[in-house]
Amino acid sequence: MPKIKAPVRTPHIDMTPMVDLFALLLTFFMLTTSFRPQEAVVVDTPNSVSEKVCPEKDVITILVGKENKVFLNFDNGPDTAVLIRKEVLKKIAEQYGLTFSDKELKTFSNWASFGMPADKLKAWINTADSKDRDVFQTGIPVDSTDNQLNLWVRFIRLQNPNAEVAIKGDGEADFKAVKHVMDILQDNQVNKFNLTTNLQKEEAKLEE
Amino acid sequence: MAEIIQEEGKQKGGKKKAKKFSTHIDMTPMVDLMCLLITFFMLTTAFSKPKAMEITMPEKKDDPTVKAPEIQAYRTVNILVSGDDKIYYYFGLADPKLPLPQLIATDYSKDGIRKMLLQRNKVVFKAVTELREKVIKGEEVMSDSTLTRKIKELKKSDKLAPIILIKADEKAKYKNLVDIIDEMAICTVANYAVVDIAPLEKQMIDGTAVSAPAPK
Repeated sequence: MPKIKAPVRTPHIDMTPMVDLFALLLTFFMLTTSFRPQEAVVVDTPNSVSEKVCPEKDVITILVGKENKVFLNFDNGPDTAVLIRKEVLKKIAEQYGLTFSDKELKTFSNWASFGMPADKLKAWINTADSKDRDVFQTGIPVDSTDNQLNLWVRFIRLQNPNAEVAIKGDGEADFKAVKHVMDILQDNQVNKFNLTTNLQKEEAKLEE
Repeated sequence: MAEIIQEEGKQKGGKKKAKKFSTHIDMTPMVDLMCLLITFFMLTTAFSKPKAMEITMPEKKDDPTVKAPEIQAYRTVNILVSGDDKIYYYFGLADPKLPLPQLIATDYSKDGIRKMLLQRNKVVFKAVTELREKVIKGEEVMSDSTLTRKIKELKKSDKLAPIILIKADEKAKYKNLVDIIDEMAICTVANYAVVDIAPLEKQMIDGTAVSAPAPK
């Protein structure tokens, strides 16, 4: 009797459906994703019932960290031809007698939040490694003797009068520190703030 | 990398036949890559967008011609926020020349400050909740902006609704402030403001405030 030989076949599985699914998922995530902006400090925001979405454009974000350090972030504004960050940095440089090269200005306009005295800005911009960068994030001086935040806010508002202000404070930050930031903002005629929070539903019922 | 697996057709006789290529493509590398990309996007996606609580502070102006709005004492509720999640409230005004109002300690729980706020704000809260329910059930159809406007009108209509003054001292945490403002939103309180704490109120929290003798 001749031996029956099973035909040798390469164990190929049809992966087409899986690939289809993957492609769909990938498209979904690519379209819905909005990257978390890199922040100078980890901020654990408190919860609230507010459902208003935080503005994403034309916004000055002031971060108040756990240790009451203040950091700042602002965007380049609606007009892509005028980079607001660049202009503001130029003004700050003028104020503190610093000079920035075109390259440094451009780098600054692409980065996000920062928090350091003005004289450290140059060194911060010129760091090559992102790990070295964190060393500089010591907070913007806000005391009355050297109120740099005040200047920043004023120059940003001059460049972009429509900018809204969002305060992103850590739940553990002191009220005093946040109040101080608010006072500085009010000195610059900003009376409306967005306090960034996480959504947490709460129900209230009236007891009869 | 992608290899095309060939299955050569057996050649019969001397006839030449065009080679048959199967259309199977090895998709493993592609799948690997897609897996990686999906994982990357899944991890970096921020699903819950940050929300914002809007707060408008009274304008700071030392203009003597503009008078501060008069507040009726019977409508006023003062909430004092202090450190260690402590919270107090008292009704009316604290005037050094008058006997001190009673300071009541409470907490952030459902039966704490919220109960008091709901009691004081009963009329507005009822009206707003009823309107919201009607909209949800579909008994009344209106756009979101109309709803917001109507709620605002309801809030304004009550002339007895409390006016809340939120005062926080140096020991308070930022979270406490957000919590108490949030409580205003939950209880649909229309009139509230964050104001500076007075020295007398600090003393009231410490328990060192001396009450003025009752007027004879």
